[in-house]
Amino acid sequence: MDVAIIKYNAGNNFSVLCALRRIGVEAVVTDDPDRIRRADKVIFPGVGEARAAMEYLTAHGLDGVIRSLRQPVLGICIGQQLMCRHSEEGDVDCLGIFDVDVKRFVPSGAVHKVPHTGWNNISVVRDGGVVPARLDGSYVYYVHSYYVPVNEWTDVVTDYIVPFSGAMRKDNFYSTQFHPEKSGGVGSDILKHFIDL
Amino acid sequence: MLAKRIIPCLDVKDGKTVKGVNFVNFRDAGDPVALGRRYSEQGADELVYLDITASHEGRGTFVDLVSRVAANVSIPFTVGGGIHSVADVETLLNAGADKVSINSAAIRQPELIGGISLRFGAQVCVVAIDARFDGKEWICYLNGGRIPTERRLNEWAYEAQERGAGEILFTSMDHDGVKTGFACEALASLSDRLSIPIIASGGAGGKEHFLDVFTVGKADAALAASIFHFNEIPIPELKKYLLDNNVTVRF
Repeated sequence: MDVAIIKYNAGNNFSVLCALRRIGVEAVVTDDPDRIRRADKVIFPGVGEARAAMEYLTAHGLDGVIRSLRQPVLGICIGQQLMCRHSEEGDVDCLGIFDVDVKRFVPSGAVHKVPHTGWNNISVVRDGGVVPARLDGSYVYYVHSYYVPVNEWTDVVTDYIVPFSGAMRKDNFYSTQFHPEKSGGVGSDILKHFIDL
Repeated sequence: MLAKRIIPCLDVKDGKTVKGVNFVNFRDAGDPVALGRRYSEQGADELVYLDITASHEGRGTFVDLVSRVAANVSIPFTVGGGIHSVADVETLLNAGADKVSINSAAIRQPELIGGISLRFGAQVCVVAIDARFDGKEWICYLNGGRIPTERRLNEWAYEAQERGAGEILFTSMDHDGVKTGFACEALASLSDRLSIPIIASGGAGGKEHFLDVFTVGKADAALAASIFHFNEIPIPELKKYLLDNNVTVRF
C-alpha cells in the first residue's frame, strides 16, 4: 500500500504520519505531483487558514493535481473545507470538488463557544463513506471555527450550533471535518477503513 | 452533544514527569510518554505537558519528548512552558504538539497571541492565566504566580480572546493544591463574558468538584494533576459519575 500525504503550508503532517504508523502504514509526505499521482491513497490533511492554504496550493500547482486525482483521497479538517467551492475564511475560492460553501460558526453564549473544540458524537447518515455505519454515535475530536453545511454529499452529521457535515464523499473524494489522527481508537479505526477502501 | 473534557496535566523536568506520581503497579510513572498513554487508555480527553526545565539543554530534551508523545499518543495534547516566540511555537508544532499554552510571555508581549493565531490558527493558541482574588478583584500573576501585575482576570482574558486566543486556561491560585473545589463563581463569570472555550484549573479534590465546575462554573474542560497522578480519582470512575449526573462526557 502506497500512501502519500500532501505537503503544504497548512498540514499537521507529522501527526497524520504518526497515526498511520500506529496502524502499521508507512506513508510519504510529499508535494511532488508525480509522486502524489502514483500513490494508491492520498491524504490531504490540514490545520491552518483557508486563504493562505489556497494561495500556497495554487502557487505550487497542487490545486490542479488534487482535482485530477482518481484514487481515494481523504481531506481532513481544513482539507475538507478546501475541497469545497468557497470559504468565508479569507473569502477565498477553493477547489470546488464539493459544490457547497464553507461558513463561519456564530457563537452563542456560554454554551456554544467558537472554535468548536473537543469531542463530539457523530451520526452516520449515509453508508459507504470513510466512516463505517457501525461507528454511529461515537465521539471524535473536532477543532474548527468554520463548517460545511449538510448537503447531498454528507455522510456524517454532527450537531453544534447547527447540524454540519462531519464527513462527506463524492466519487473518489472523501473527507472528515474532525481529526481521525487525534480521535483515539475510533480515529484509528476510520483511518484503517480508508486505507482498506 | 459536545462533551466536557477531562485533562490530566503532567509537569516535566529534564524529560521526566515530576510531582511524585504514584500509580499502583505502574512502573513507568516517571516516563511522560508511558503516563500519557496510560491516561489516554483510561479515557482522558486531552493531555497537557508543562516543561518546568530551566536549562537550555533541557529544552532540547523537551522537544524530543514532544515528538515521542506525538508518535505514541492518539489524543490531542498541549505543551507549555518556556515559549517566548512564534519560532518556539513552530518548533513544538513541528514536533507534533497540537496546541501551545502561553502564560507570562502573553502578558509581557500580548502581540505574541496574534502572531501565533495568524500563523497557525486560533485553535493552536491557549492563553494560560494564573490569578488570585484580593478580596475585591482577580489579579493576574506572572512567573508561576510570583509577580502580581496590573491585569485583571476578566479584562485580560477578554483581551486575549480579541487578540486571537483559541482557549483560556484559568488557574485560581487560591484554589490550586487546596482540593476544596474549583473557583466556580469566577469561572462562570468568565464563561459568560467570553465566546471561546475555558479550561478550569486548580482545586480538584473530589468527583463532585468536577460536576460543580461543569454545571455551576460553566467550564468547557477541567484540568487536574495530583488527583490523577495519585489515582485518587480514576478517570473512568470520574466519567461514570459525571454521566450519571447528566454531564455529557466521552465514554
